[in-house]
Amino acid sequence: MSKELIRLEDCSMAFDGELVLDSIDLCIKDSEFLTLLGPSGCGKTTTLRIIGGFQKPSSGTVLFDGVRINDVPPYKRQVNTVFQRYALFPHLDVYDNIAFGLRIAKLPEPELSMRVGEMLEMTGLKGFEERKVDSLSGGQMQRVAIARALVNRPKVLLLDEPLGALDLRLRKDMQNELKRIQQQLGITFIYVTHDQEEALTMSDTVVVMDKGKIQQIGTPEDVYNEPENAFVADFIGESNIIDGIMAADYQVEFFGKKFVCEDKGFGPREPVDVVIRPEDIDIVPADAGHLCGTVTNITFKGVHYDIIVDFKGFKWLIQSTDYQPIGEYIGIRLNPNDIHIMKKSVYSGMFGDYSSYSAEYDEISDSDIEYEDIEEETLYEE
Amino acid sequence: MRAFTRAFTVLILIFLYIPMIILGIASLSSGTDVAVFKEFTLNNYGELFRDAVLLPLLLNSVILAVSSSLLATVIGTAAAVGIHRMSGRLRSITMTLTNIPLTNPEIVTGVSLALLFAFVGRAMKTNNVMGFLTLLIAHITFNLPYVILSVLPKLRQMDIHLSEAAMDLGCTPIQAFFKVVMPEIMPGIISGALMSFTMSLDDFVISYFVYGAKYITLPVEIYNYTKRPLQPKIYALFTLLFIVILLVMILMNILQARDIKNRRRIRPPDIISKLRRAGS
Ligand SMILES: Nc1ncnc2c1ncn2[C@@H]1O[C@H](COP(=O)(O)OP(=O)(O)O)[C@@H](O)[C@H]1O
Ligand SMILES: [Mg+2]
Repeated sequence: MSKELIRLEDCSMAFDGELVLDSIDLCIKDSEFLTLLGPSGCGKTTTLRIIGGFQKPSSGTVLFDGVRINDVPPYKRQVNTVFQRYALFPHLDVYDNIAFGLRIAKLPEPELSMRVGEMLEMTGLKGFEERKVDSLSGGQMQRVAIARALVNRPKVLLLDEPLGALDLRLRKDMQNELKRIQQQLGITFIYVTHDQEEALTMSDTVVVMDKGKIQQIGTPEDVYNEPENAFVADFIGESNIIDGIMAADYQVEFFGKKFVCEDKGFGPREPVDVVIRPEDIDIVPADAGHLCGTVTNITFKGVHYDIIVDFKGFKWLIQSTDYQPIGEYIGIRLNPNDIHIMKKSVYSGMFGDYSSYSAEYDEISDSDIEYEDIEEETLYEE
Repeated sequence: MRAFTRAFTVLILIFLYIPMIILGIASLSSGTDVAVFKEFTLNNYGELFRDAVLLPLLLNSVILAVSSSLLATVIGTAAAVGIHRMSGRLRSITMTLTNIPLTNPEIVTGVSLALLFAFVGRAMKTNNVMGFLTLLIAHITFNLPYVILSVLPKLRQMDIHLSEAAMDLGCTPIQAFFKVVMPEIMPGIISGALMSFTMSLDDFVISYFVYGAKYITLPVEIYNYTKRPLQPKIYALFTLLFIVILLVMILMNILQARDIKNRRRIRPPDIISKLRRAGS
């Protein structure tokens, strides 16, 4: 687990003078599940393509097992890819798609059929051997793409948003299945997603990216509990981010009050960003609270309520299983381990304010757009 | 209104096809006068197949059509792949350059090719360059745009990651082309080849300027025939030529229809990818 396999050193990528990757340094260990996480357009696919050999970095070094591979073409790398839209070969059936790599490697037929059989078994595609790939469902195509890559027994599997096109239930199933396959085979997975939940549940290491830069590298717990800056805190989970000042080691000041925290090593009275996760906040009667505010909005979310509370004009998101009526004056208590301190960054002040909160903050009715799109498609067919 | 448009369509079809029908009838008549149908006979066809001049010329035309369309298909497909890889501006310039010969009057193409060949012939100090080679080059030249234009759309419809996927699985770029890209664009290649074949088989204008006494094609010879009183076996020949080209065209349409049907079946994942783009 600890042996280094791939290393990107100071890799930058520019398209037509536009910097898409900015000095990426990344180390990927043998048989680890590493996820590149970030919003659309942040350079995840580009990073993956550099590792796969489809793109040469404008500058910097790519090392594989300590050897520089910048100029090694994709077909000579011990890496296989599951493409964003599968890229299955439409003129071949499922079996021949999976056997493709082994046929190129001129594997003898008996061993080839044995290995393809193994893959069909592992991905649950037994019985689909002779199906045309375009007659498969999204989930099945996904499995073919995975089998087609893994049958070559690569050292590293690259996956570019492999579950993006699947519906929620199928996505959860496939997440578990991918994780199982990765552990069973013990290969390195480099996984690209913009879905933070997916990243947290599947990965050993999460690499958070934005605007072509790596914002943080760490275990899922690290990036959630100890976000490096306001971007990470906001992108991964929900966060209230407040301006604060370090009064002393283990003591932070915000809203004119001093709170005990677990962070130290800041300069005297250094301005900082204070992160408080909505689920860590305890609601208490107003007279027992560290801070008091008024409930301005409450939304039922199933497991909990999303409660918006106005503290002196700054709105916080609090998640609680108890209902609070709108207009209620409540207090909150913050324990030292509920408060996380971050250094100021370019992202300070951009995130973590729920003043413009609307109930559909998850996704602005994604399903409506999809529906319209399908209708349009069918119209054109006529 | 509906009845009117229908009648109009029928009228147009009659106009388009009546010459061919008359020709077909004439080829089956025993007289020499097109205006009067004497009696039904296959004699004209019999005579045609015994003709010692026309048959070798037909063979000439077929050999030229097959070789020029095959070569144009190979060169045109390679060119299409090259154009497809070009970036925006360069591609549109190349496309315009490719399209111009399509609208260029054939007679202009013919004359300019003839001038070119004469010039080259002079440079090589041979006073008779015109022959199979000049015909072949000329035919490849005017066939190329048709091949390029039928292959390019297939390349555009193809998932751009297919050849990367092939290379990912161990193919060199050349293997990736033959194992993955070519099967995908095959319908375009075939229709380009068929179109070239028919264009080449019945070309007269351009051939007229670049043929030599050593190698005469059927359409050129037929033109010479029309200066003299027409023999009925020529009608038979025209009819056969028309039928061959008609058959090739029908074949092309069937292939295209089948291709479209195949594409329909690929729609579901297409929609999914569309949704993904709309969603994220
Ligand atoms: N071949 C290319 N030419 C020009 N720009 C590109 C190319 N590939 C990617 N980009 C740009 O690079 C940026 C990052 O792209 P990408 O790596 O695909 O992001 P992500 O996968 O994180 O969504 C985008 O702004 C994209 O437009
Ligand atoms: Mg991407």
